Amino acid sequence: MRRRWIAPSAVVWLLVAAAFFLIPLIALLLFSLKSIQTGKCCSGAAYSYVIDDPQFLDTIRLSFQLSLETIAISLLLFVPTVYWVHLKLPRFRPVLGFIALVPFVVPPIVLVVGLLDLYKGAPEWFYAKPYGFLAAAYVILAFPYMFFALDAGFRSIDVHTLTEASQSLGASWLTTLVRVILPNIRVAALGGSFLTLAIVMGEFTMASLSAFRTFPTYIQRVNESQPYAAAALSLLSFLIVWVAMLALLFVGRGRPRPAQLAATR
Amino acid sequence: MHQPYLDQYWLTIKISLITAGAGCVLGLAIAYAVIREGTPRFLRTILTTFSGVAANFAGIPLAFAFIATLGTIGIVTTFMRDHLGFDPYAHGFNLFTQTGVELTYMYFQIPLMILVIAPAIDGLRQEWREAASNLGASSWQFWRHVGIPVLLPSILGAFILLFGNSFSAYATAYGLAGNGVFLIPITIGFYYSGNVLSDPHLAQALAFGMFVVLAVMMLLYIPLHRRSARWMR
Repeated sequence: MRRRWIAPSAVVWLLVAAAFFLIPLIALLLFSLKSIQTGKCCSGAAYSYVIDDPQFLDTIRLSFQLSLETIAISLLLFVPTVYWVHLKLPRFRPVLGFIALVPFVVPPIVLVVGLLDLYKGAPEWFYAKPYGFLAAAYVILAFPYMFFALDAGFRSIDVHTLTEASQSLGASWLTTLVRVILPNIRVAALGGSFLTLAIVMGEFTMASLSAFRTFPTYIQRVNESQPYAAAALSLLSFLIVWVAMLALLFVGRGRPRPAQLAATR
Repeated sequence: MHQPYLDQYWLTIKISLITAGAGCVLGLAIAYAVIREGTPRFLRTILTTFSGVAANFAGIPLAFAFIATLGTIGIVTTFMRDHLGFDPYAHGFNLFTQTGVELTYMYFQIPLMILVIAPAIDGLRQEWREAASNLGASSWQFWRHVGIPVLLPSILGAFILLFGNSFSAYATAYGLAGNGVFLIPITIGFYYSGNVLSDPHLAQALAFGMFVVLAVMMLLYIPLHRRSARWMR
């Protein structure tokens, strides 16, 4: 008994879902087009307010630089680690997997309270700068996503054969890692990087509690005086997540799906 | 422990239980609607891609999206007031309360459920359904005796994941209600953010309490995860 047409109850469920998920986005768009003076549609005033505000560029640049820094540190730390564990210490893999669950179980609000206290005596250039403290915190936050992406990548290639082949041709460890292993796990590394980008561009909790002015905290501050401009910025934030997720799907097409979850709530 | 903090833990747990339960039911229904026989394939691609985005679209922007929709001057609120003659705010609805927070959390709970449960639904084989209907089972009987029991470990695992997801949320509730809804994460943020009433040690104690709740949930999750892996190929 094969169904040839879509079931009526399925249509109902999908319509309800579409309404629930699309109406807030449409409302956000309509809200962002309201005139700042009259509250009526339609005007581009909210958008020109955002573009004219120098803080907009500053904060979005900071968030973007932070995500690049987080991605770079994460890759430098975790690619060799996961490689080594797969090659030499396979028994250690579950341990690493368990450690990777910790940032999953410890909410960002708990993590940041602990980290702020732990690093209290740290030097000024680290503790008082977003590129120091916040980037370090984001590396921890991104660890599970980066680890599970890389772990899946390494599992799908034959690490031993590749390493032996490369070394019997006289390559050093560094050459093996950079010119043999890295090209083979490129998709996994890119997948983890796009997830990290989405996390850092939207992370509010940690930035807010450690009083750094990133893009999400800027949206919050704008809302205090300019709700329509905040709606425009929220829409932009949604588009950034879209782009990161589409990029993730695009690099991973035809392969096992990388994990799609990057939570910053 | 002070009564107000116990109340806040309880409120946070209550909101998490409600949104995790509702998220499980609705996410399961929507995921099944899109995976089941007869629904065009491309709808599934759209839904999973969108779920990936929506599950990650949280925090301040999500709060503002709901304020723009159902806030006092939100698009849907004004539409209902002006065109349907029904003012939700005159009938006890308020976005900036527990109900509002729960409704907003559903925006990331349902997509998370869809992403987590879709592989398990794929594991429900068409043959089982056909076998059940050959033996004369109704659709209800199929779900009661085959579908739900097979999916149960996955659903319970997803429930715990959704619980943790909502329990640790800070930015969404903060963007929605500022310090007005008394959730534990909000109180931690309040005591930590360097205002006059700042008390970092109290914040740390409250944060440790959150960690204990989540650690217990995680210990429940691990055996369920093992069990649900049994039915997957």
